[in-house]
Amino acid sequence: MLEHVAQLNAEYARAIDDDRLEDWPGFFTEPCLYTITSAENHRLKLPAGIIYADSQGMLKDRVAALREANIYERQAYRHLVGLPARMGESGGELRAETPFLVVRIMRDGRMDLFATGRYLDVIVQEGVALRFRERVVVCDSARIDTLLAIPL
Amino acid sequence: MTTAEPHREWPGSTLTRVPYWVYQDDANYRAELRRIFEGPVWNYVCLEVDLPRAGDYRTTFVGEMPVVVVRGAEGQIHAWENRCAHRGALIALDDGGNAGKRFQCVYHAWSYDLEGSLTSVAFEKGAQGRGGMPASFCKAEHGPRKLRTATLGGLVFASLSPEAPPLEDYLGEAVRARLLRVLGKPVEVLGRFVQALPNNWKLYVENVKDTYHASLLHTFFSTFRITRLTQGGGVLVSPDGAHHASATIDRSDDRDSSAYRDQDIRSEKDRFRLHDPSLLDTVKEFGDDIQLQILTVFPSLVVQQVYNALAVRQVIPKGPDAMELHWTYLGFTDDTPEMRRRRLRQANLVGPAGYVSMEDGCVGGFVQRGVATASDTLSVINMGGEGAESQDTRATESAVRGFWKAYRGYMDY
Repeated sequence: MLEHVAQLNAEYARAIDDDRLEDWPGFFTEPCLYTITSAENHRLKLPAGIIYADSQGMLKDRVAALREANIYERQAYRHLVGLPARMGESGGELRAETPFLVVRIMRDGRMDLFATGRYLDVIVQEGVALRFRERVVVCDSARIDTLLAIPL
Repeated sequence: MTTAEPHREWPGSTLTRVPYWVYQDDANYRAELRRIFEGPVWNYVCLEVDLPRAGDYRTTFVGEMPVVVVRGAEGQIHAWENRCAHRGALIALDDGGNAGKRFQCVYHAWSYDLEGSLTSVAFEKGAQGRGGMPASFCKAEHGPRKLRTATLGGLVFASLSPEAPPLEDYLGEAVRARLLRVLGKPVEVLGRFVQALPNNWKLYVENVKDTYHASLLHTFFSTFRITRLTQGGGVLVSPDGAHHASATIDRSDDRDSSAYRDQDIRSEKDRFRLHDPSLLDTVKEFGDDIQLQILTVFPSLVVQQVYNALAVRQVIPKGPDAMELHWTYLGFTDDTPEMRRRRLRQANLVGPAGYVSMEDGCVGGFVQRGVATASDTLSVINMGGEGAESQDTRATESAVRGFWKAYRGYMDY
């Protein structure tokens, strides 16, 4: 099973890093929860996220806004995603925690370590596919350089 | 660090022209820290709710000065420079916590009470009859600088200067009322984030006061046909120019106006609809039709109401060409679960990834980089005239001119 989760994570990272953001909502169930927070907020159980989406529509709107409305300098990510740790399983739901590291590459070639953290996931099987019912992105730091456009 | 006095001359008296060196010059920046942040202003430092019990503290900055804000034994709030009187080390090292009855510097264990007064010096009388401080050493003569504190609407402000007027007078009645319009009951912190911006602090403050840019740079609302500059609203500027509150009034009757189309601007190029329009399901919770209110308190506080997404933003300068924006997302303690979820969803509009704020994270850097070799060139701030008065339109830069009016007063330009 963990091998399948690792494969899901790899496909998720490739979709973002290859700029196939339109594929990104498809990794989630409907409804779902996708949020980006910090380790400190998570520890204190503060619920607000830098991004907070609890429907497929909100994920699609995020992509549409990035494509059509929001202004930011051309940039790309390279995700390095670690091995998932199995955190429990019940009622067809698998809980997993996976560390990640994201390098942001700006249009002028500047590369920065943009974010590190862990994905706290609730994963379910839908047909032949695994999907995220929840993906809580817990960044180790609460400090974001300039802006966060592309999802983590 | 230099303590040189600013050596530049301000070019002319108009509020409509500002030289680009003001975002670059190191001596000018150092003078700002002394004359503005450490001068006769009120700096936002934390929330009252951050300090519920005696001994609770938070660390923050007034300009670049590290500051401790702490609840005293009698419930009063103290603020003092986070600097040991002995060798200058930071006294409090964490973002916050509870100090009990005293703070102790880790370096040589000098201790301070909650008011920031030096109360004990380790080995003051020496050890085994040797060493120790001279008999003439008087603890009362040594200590970190103390700041005055004042509270309004659950916000804690601090001032290093005895000359700052009372907070109510500093804000003026109109801005005070608009602040209390939003912060009229007990708040609850929903989350905190820090955004590191690659620009001078003033570029961000100007951006917040610039009602002209909002729907031009931030095309989310217009792309998804939600709001536009032709909607009702306006900008309130305090008489001294220092503070402002802008408002967008909910009027849905002009969405198909041709005002934007005729400007041939990006905002109008395409039309989209939200897949999940419930993002903008909004409750009028303040008894009026103001959908968005952005309020600034000079020099470093922004209070934001974007629909039901509430936040305070603290501007912390980090050198002439860098700053941090400390976001605290807020709800009220009496929020229903539905209201709480609404605030969390609408928080997508703001913050480092906000649909209508992400651009503010980069546009200051665009200016900082753009003016790299244009120090003596002047920017043009003429939209809506030449003054800094309140206006009933947002197609104006009146509040930006107000900022410069106040700035030049504090800086003696």
